Amino acid sequence: MSQMLKIEGIAAAPGIVIGPAYKLGREEWIIPKQEISEADVPLQIQLFEEVLIQTRHEILDLQKRISEDMGKDSAQIFEAHLLVLEDRMLIEEVISRLKKEHLNVAYIFQEVLKKYIEVFSKIEDDYIRERVVDIADVGKRVLRHLLGKEGRVGKLLANLDKKVILVAHDLSPSETAVMHKENVSGFVTEVGGKTSHTAIMAKSLEIPAVVGLRHATEKISNDDLLIVDGSLGIVIINPDEAALNSYHREEDKLKDVTQKFLQVKDLPALTPDNYRVSILANIELPEEIPSVKLHGAEGVGLYRTEYFYMNREDLPLEEEQFQAYKSVAEAVSPYSVTIRTLDLGGDKFVSQLEIPHEMSPFLGWRAIRFCLARPDVFKVQLRAILRASVCGKLKLMYPMISGIEELQQANEILEQCKQELTKEGIPFDKDLDVGVMIELPSAAMTADLLAKKADFFSIGTNDLIQYSLAVDRANEKVAYLYEPTHPAVLRMIKNVIEAGHSNNIKVAMCGEMAGDATMVLILLGLGLDEFSMPSLAIPQIKYIIRSIPVDEARRIAHEALTLSTGKGVEVFIQNKLREILK
Amino acid sequence: MKKLRKEIVVKNKLGLHARPAALFVQTANKFDSRISVQKDNEKVNGKSIMGILMLGAECGSTVIIEIEGKDAEKAMSELERLITENEPDVKD
Repeated sequence: MSQMLKIEGIAAAPGIVIGPAYKLGREEWIIPKQEISEADVPLQIQLFEEVLIQTRHEILDLQKRISEDMGKDSAQIFEAHLLVLEDRMLIEEVISRLKKEHLNVAYIFQEVLKKYIEVFSKIEDDYIRERVVDIADVGKRVLRHLLGKEGRVGKLLANLDKKVILVAHDLSPSETAVMHKENVSGFVTEVGGKTSHTAIMAKSLEIPAVVGLRHATEKISNDDLLIVDGSLGIVIINPDEAALNSYHREEDKLKDVTQKFLQVKDLPALTPDNYRVSILANIELPEEIPSVKLHGAEGVGLYRTEYFYMNREDLPLEEEQFQAYKSVAEAVSPYSVTIRTLDLGGDKFVSQLEIPHEMSPFLGWRAIRFCLARPDVFKVQLRAILRASVCGKLKLMYPMISGIEELQQANEILEQCKQELTKEGIPFDKDLDVGVMIELPSAAMTADLLAKKADFFSIGTNDLIQYSLAVDRANEKVAYLYEPTHPAVLRMIKNVIEAGHSNNIKVAMCGEMAGDATMVLILLGLGLDEFSMPSLAIPQIKYIIRSIPVDEARRIAHEALTLSTGKGVEVFIQNKLREILK
Repeated sequence: MKKLRKEIVVKNKLGLHARPAALFVQTANKFDSRISVQKDNEKVNGKSIMGILMLGAECGSTVIIEIEGKDAEKAMSELERLITENEPDVKD
């Protein structure tokens, strides 16, 4: 037996798993073959054309960069790439086969490409051989845009005869999405961080994962026994007896606790005295929907859209966003999906938007402020949301609203988009609910004014706490001041809920606090209508709500609000929660 | 609408499947006219790199170029020059 080796990476998704390693090669592709309806043909053609344009921009950018860094000659190769990409014969062949065969464009594109590569590979000529590499390269770019590399894992899963821990250089979100706990018990990647697409997917699929584990594919061999501790970000290769025993015990303990909560996941969030609230899920990627359903969410209360704009070199097109919103709306229907418009800035940046470096980014040009200044960017998203609004039940909300004027300005831009679509004859939901995120103290204090102009509120607690208490949670010297239970925070939340209710609009919460077991009692007691949280937290929160009569929760909230310190509130609540859960 | 048809022997050393193929396609794409290239029984779009490469026209082979459109004459003369030049003006 080989030597035990313990390496540390980044904890991406919690949980412990023990099993054999399976290494995934870098470039194994397989494209799914799907039949499409006649009505989808024009949409597929449009998608194809948009992807071609997107790929063209990508290549041009790359060409520019390489030419600046390494000189014009090195960038020459991209001329050939562009020729292939813009090739009329290739494009026409894809479109005509699409019309004839009614298969998904990614599949057809790959088939056409394969045909050319086969023919060219047979020709004995160095130049043409180089072109084969170009064609394959361009093809990969296009396919990546068309479906996001889901291939490798799909192929593997179809041929797998045992449960494995996947080890790969990188995994795309769509590759992660096709994994099942039944065949992939955990995974390890060399790249990626805590907030990477892949980490988010792993969390929502409840597959323990460690990312950013450098040289993992060199240190780990196929069939090595691995312990993956996704909570601590540790991977142990070929563990000894002692390590195995201790992790087996941990694994069992975890299973027992989750089992208890999972029993109630599909039941409504109903208190013993029949008071009903809604529990929804927060998502960032369409691929998380299966997990949303699995955990018993009644819709999506927060669909973050920043990911469209991050980790890429170009801006996302309307069609791309429309397709994503549509797929989420359809999958979650009849439940609703609340899309938060672009919330960039602060700690979330995008290179191509040229947001300047700021002294105080959290107080700077971000979120709705950015969108109002850049209606060209904002409108692309609003149009995509409006178009998708006929595909299910969508709602829209603006982040970081500080007062009535911003809400009105945003609504004016929304109105322009509606008029454009009407003129173009494109349908949209005319009754689309438009809500306001309450995450600034100014909004919380003027909630009564905002409530008259909004269809709903959604409280974003992370920002609300940070702005109210003037605390940067990432700064460890002051992080202790970040108290969700601070009386100022509780009073603000109470104010927002009361303002909403006296104007007959619903009040939701989509910040971390909504999924925090210790806060549920107070929020329930204060009258919060909708709790939106990471899918994983749903069973536990449902369990708590189903265990406490609302009258009792109201008394607890009332008493908590009389306490003078955050610490005091926390101790008080923890004790109450322990009584309920015992 | 002008329609021109011309049989041309490929004279440049690299044939019509090396770098000149790329140059040919880039040049063809400058014109509005419809351009096709035929070798033996295969006829392809002259504006398509894939098509031209498929032909595999080597030095010494004969191709038929057909051009239809307003700028046909100018297109024909430029394209003919490209494939009959011994030392094509291509920089690596």
